[in-house]
Amino acid sequence: MLDFFLGHYAYWFVIILMCVGLYGILFKKNLVKKTIGLAIFQVSVVLYFVSIASKWDATVPVRDSNISVEQVANYLNPLPHTLMLTAIVVGVATLGVAFTLLMAIYNRYGTLDEQELLEEIQ
Amino acid sequence: MDLTLVPLLAILSSLAAVPFILWSSSKPNLRETWTIIAALVKFGLVLTLLPSALNGESVSLHLFDLAPGLPFALNADPLGVFFAVIASGLWIFTSFYSIGYVRGHKEHKQTRYYASFAICLSATIGIAFSGNLLTFIVFYELLTLATYPLVIHTESDDAIKAGRKYLAFTLTAGLLLIAAAGMVYYYTGTLDFTPGGILGDSDIPYHMILVMFILFLGGVGVKAGIMPLHGWLPAAMAAPTPVSALLHAVAVVKSGVFAVLRVVGYVFGVDVMGDYGLNDIIIVLAGATIILASLIAFAQDNLKRRLAYSTVGHLSYIVLGIALLTPLGIQGGIMHIAAHATMKITLFFCAGAIIVNLHRTEISNLNGIAKVMPWTMGAFVVGSMGLAGIPPINGFFSKFYLISGSLEGDMMIPVIILIVSGLLNAGYFFPIIHRAYFKKGEGLEKYGEASPFMVVPIVITATLSVLFGLFPNLFFNFFDLAAQISESLFNSPSP
Amino acid sequence: MIESHLPALIALTFVLFAILIPALGFWKPSTSQPLAVLGSGIASVLSLYGFISYLQTGSIRYFFGGWEPPVGIEFVYDGLSGFFILVINTVAFFVLIHSRHVARTEYPGKEMPYFALAMLALLGFNGMILTGDLFNLYVFLEISSLASYGLIAIGSRPAPFAAFRYLIIGTAGGTLYLLGVGFLYTVTGTLNIIDMAAMLPSFATDTSVVAALVFMVVGIGVKAALFPLHGWLPDSYTFASSSSTALIAPIGTKVAAYILFRIVFYLFGVELTDAVAPITTVIGVLAAIGILYGSIMAIAQTEMKRMLAYSSVSQIGYIIMGLSLANPLGFAGALLHVLNHAVMKACLFLVAGNLRMKEGHSDISKFDDSYRKKYPWTMASFSVAAISMVGLPPLAGFFSKWYLALGTIDNENWIFLAVILISSLLNAVYFFRILEKVYMMNPKKDQKSATDAKRNEVGFSMMFPTSVLAIALFVIGFANAAIVGILFNIFPM
Repeated sequence: MLDFFLGHYAYWFVIILMCVGLYGILFKKNLVKKTIGLAIFQVSVVLYFVSIASKWDATVPVRDSNISVEQVANYLNPLPHTLMLTAIVVGVATLGVAFTLLMAIYNRYGTLDEQELLEEIQ
Repeated sequence: MDLTLVPLLAILSSLAAVPFILWSSSKPNLRETWTIIAALVKFGLVLTLLPSALNGESVSLHLFDLAPGLPFALNADPLGVFFAVIASGLWIFTSFYSIGYVRGHKEHKQTRYYASFAICLSATIGIAFSGNLLTFIVFYELLTLATYPLVIHTESDDAIKAGRKYLAFTLTAGLLLIAAAGMVYYYTGTLDFTPGGILGDSDIPYHMILVMFILFLGGVGVKAGIMPLHGWLPAAMAAPTPVSALLHAVAVVKSGVFAVLRVVGYVFGVDVMGDYGLNDIIIVLAGATIILASLIAFAQDNLKRRLAYSTVGHLSYIVLGIALLTPLGIQGGIMHIAAHATMKITLFFCAGAIIVNLHRTEISNLNGIAKVMPWTMGAFVVGSMGLAGIPPINGFFSKFYLISGSLEGDMMIPVIILIVSGLLNAGYFFPIIHRAYFKKGEGLEKYGEASPFMVVPIVITATLSVLFGLFPNLFFNFFDLAAQISESLFNSPSP
Repeated sequence: MIESHLPALIALTFVLFAILIPALGFWKPSTSQPLAVLGSGIASVLSLYGFISYLQTGSIRYFFGGWEPPVGIEFVYDGLSGFFILVINTVAFFVLIHSRHVARTEYPGKEMPYFALAMLALLGFNGMILTGDLFNLYVFLEISSLASYGLIAIGSRPAPFAAFRYLIIGTAGGTLYLLGVGFLYTVTGTLNIIDMAAMLPSFATDTSVVAALVFMVVGIGVKAALFPLHGWLPDSYTFASSSSTALIAPIGTKVAAYILFRIVFYLFGVELTDAVAPITTVIGVLAAIGILYGSIMAIAQTEMKRMLAYSSVSQIGYIIMGLSLANPLGFAGALLHVLNHAVMKACLFLVAGNLRMKEGHSDISKFDDSYRKKYPWTMASFSVAAISMVGLPPLAGFFSKWYLALGTIDNENWIFLAVILISSLLNAVYFFRILEKVYMMNPKKDQKSATDAKRNEVGFSMMFPTSVLAIALFVIGFANAAIVGILFNIFPM
C-alpha cells in the first residue's frame, strides 16, 4: 500500500496540484485568483507529461558517444518535453489573453469580483 | 399525347402565379386575373389526366431523389385525379367568389390572401398526385404552412389565437406522420403508395403495427377532423369565408380524409387493416365523431361554426366509409368526398354572402333573409337538404353507398349511426331554413341580393350538387372513378 | 501536383492572411475586410477542390517536411475532414462578406485586429479538422480558442467578462483533453491518430485508456457546448458583436463536434468506445436532455441573439445524438445537420446583425409588423431559416431530422425519436412567435404604423450573404439525396 503511494509520488503530486487548480477555478470569486487556479491546473498537466518521460538510470536525450543510439532505453524520452514546450507557450499565451480581458473588465466595471460582475450584467 | 409532365405542371401552375400576384399587388384587377388564369389552367391540366385515369392508368413521374431511395415521385392515379378534379374545379368558383367577397368585405392584405391561396392549391394538387409518402409529407406540410396566413388573415386576437391552435394541431400531426413514415420505411424499405398496401408481406410485430397505426391516426386524423383531434377546425373559422369554403370544406380537410384513404388503402392495405382489426378503432372514433359533432352543431349559434361542426361530422362519414373496408363502403366514402365538397362549399358561400351583404354571422339574426337573398337561400336549402341525405341531391347517393357498404360488411351499427346522423343533420339545418323563410325579419329593407360575383358561384355549385346527384357520371364520371378506385384496392396483385 | 499539398495549403492560406492583414491594415485599415474575404474565399475554393479530388481519388495525407508518421506530423484530408472544412470555410466566407458594415459601425477602428483574429480563429478550426496528430490538435484547439476569446471580447460592455468566463472553462476543457492525450500517449507511445487507432484495441481494458476517453470527451464537450457543459455559450454569443457571433456560432461548436466524431469513429471505433466506457450512451442521453433544455430556454428568451444561442445548445444536441446512434443513418443525419445548422444559424445570426445595424437592438418584444415593411428581404430570409429550423419540408432542416429520426428508429430508440419530434415543436413555438410578430401584429398606437414605415433594407454587402444562405437552404433541401449519398460513403464502418 505504502509502495503504491510512494512509488507514484510524482503522480500524486500532480493530482494534488490539479485539485488545487480546480479549487481555484471553481471556488475563488476574484477573477485574478481564478486565473491563477487555471495556471496551476495547466502546470499540473505539464508536470505530468514531464514525469512520464523520466526513466531510472537514463541520461538526457543528447547523443552520448558512450551509449549507442540503438540503446534507446538509456536515454530519456525527449518527445514529452518538446510537447510541453509548446504547451507552456500555449499556457503563457492563454494567461496573456486572460489578463488582457481582466484589464478590459476592470476598466469597464471597476471590479474583478465575479459576484458583483454577474449582478452588473443582469 | 405524352402526359408525363402534366401532374407536375398542374402543381406548378398555381405556384407560378404567385410571383405575378405579388408583382401586381397594386393593380387588383390584374392580380385577380392571374388567379383566375391559374385556376383555369390548373383545371384544364387536371382534366387532361381524366381519360387515362378512367382507364385505370396512372401517370407517374420521378423527378429527383428526395433522399436516397426515396424519389420525389408524382403519380396521378385515379384516386389522385379524382381529388385533383374536385379541388381544382372548385377553386375556379372560389376565385370568382373571393373577388366578390374580399372586395365587398374590404379585406386588407388582399395580395397575401391571393398568393397564399394559390400556394395552398399547389399543395393540395401535390397531395393528390404524391406517389410516395415522403412526397406526400412535403406537400402536406406546405399546405399547413400556406394555410396559416389565411387562418390569421384578419389579424384580430381571435384569429391569432386560432392560428396558434391551428399550427399546434397541424404541426404536431405532421411530426407524427414523419415518425410513422420513418417506421414504415424502416420496416419495408419503401414508401410508395401501392394499391393493397406495402405492409402486407412484411413480418412486423403486432405492437409495432399498432404503434404505426396510432402515429398515422394522429398524423392524418387532425386534418381529417376526427374527434378529439378536430379542435382546430372550428377555431379556423376565424378565416375569411372563401378560405373556410375551399380550404376548410374542401382542400385541407379533404386532404386529411384523402390521407386516411392513402394510409388505409395504399400503405396498410385493407387486408392488414382487417386482419389486425384496426378498422374497428377507426369505426368507433368516426362513429362517435359523427354523432357528437352533429350534437355540438346544434348548440352553435354562429353560422360558420355550425357549418364547421357539420364538416367535422361529414368528414367522419368518409372516414367511416373507408374503415368499413368493403368495396361499396369505400366507394361511398370516395363519392362523399365529392358530394360533401360541392354541398359544403355551397353552404359556406352562402354564409359568406350573408356576412358580406348583411353583416350577420349569428343564426338567430337570420330571420326572414330569404326575401332579400332568394338565390343565396335557395342554394342553402339545396346544400343542407343534400347533407341531410334527401334525394335527389348527391349527398343521398353517397350515403346510400355508405349504408350499402355497412350492410355488405354485416355491420349494423354504422347503418344506425348514418341514419341517426341524417336526422340530426336535418335537425340543425332546417331551423335555419325555417328562420330564413318563415320568420319575419327586421331591418332588411335596405339590403338586396349579394353581388353577382358571389351569387353566380353559389348557384353553380348548388346546381352541381343536384346534377351530380341525378347523373353522377355526367361530367367527370365520378361514379365510375369511385367504383374503380375502390375495386383496385381489393383486387390488387399484392401478395 | 497541387492535390497532394492541399491540406497544408488550406491552413497556410489562413497563416498568410493572418500576417498580411496586420501588415497592410496597419497602413490602411480598410484593406482588412477585403483581405479576410479573399483569404477565406481562397480557402473555400481549395476546400471545394480538395473535396472533389477526394471524391475522385480518395483521401489525401500530407506529411510535413516529408517526415512520415509516427515521427512526423501529418494532415489528413479524408471524407469527414473534407466535409467539415468545406462547410466551415464556405460559411465563414459569407459571414466575412457580411462583416464589412458591422465592423465599421460596431467597433470602428478595430477592423484590423478583428479580421486578423478571425483569420487566426479559422486557422485554428481548419487545423483542428485537418491534423492527424492528437497533440497538434491541442495546439490548434488553443489557437482557435484564444482567437475566439478575442473575437468574443470585441462586443458590447459585458463582452470581455463573457469572454473571460469562456476562457476559464474553455482552457480547463482544453487542458483535460491534453491530459487525456497524455494518458493515451503513455499507453501507446504514439500521437498519430491512424497509428494509435491500430494499437488501441490491444489496450482496451487499460484503466488509463478509460480515463483518457472520459477526459477527452469531457474536454471537447466543453467546446462543443454539450449539455451540461454549455454554460459559457449563451453569454458569449449574446454579448459578442454581431459579426463575431455570426462567425463563431455556426462554426465553433461544429468543429468540437468533429473532434468527437474523430475520437469515437476513427480513433477508438464505435465498438471499442463502447467496450471502454459507455460513452455513446452517456453523450446520447446528455444530447437528448440538451435538445429539450436548449429549446425550452430559447422559448423563455426575449433577446433574439440569446434565443439563437440557446437554440444552438439544442441543435448541437442533434449532432451529438446522431453521433451517439452510431449507425449510418444517424451519422449521415448528424453530418447533414452540421451543414444545415451551420447555414441556418449563420443566416439567423446575420439577420440579427442586420436588425442590430438598423434598429440598434434585436429585442423580440419590440418587433412589430413595420419590420416587414422596413426589411422585406431580411425578414424573408429569416422566415426561410426559421422554417428550416422547425424542420418543414422541403427545406434543408427537415431532411437532417428525417435521417436522424430514421437513425433512432433503426436503433429502436423511441425516446430519442420522441425528443427529436418534441424539439421540432418547441422550435416552432419560438420561431413562429417572431414570425407572428413580424408579419401579423399591428403596431401599438404610439408606434409608427406599418403603413408609414419606409423601406430601410440593409445594404448589398449585408443582404447578399444573408439571402444566399437562405437560398442555400432550398438548394440543400433539394440536393440532400446527393449529399447524403456521399455521407453514407464516408461512414467508416
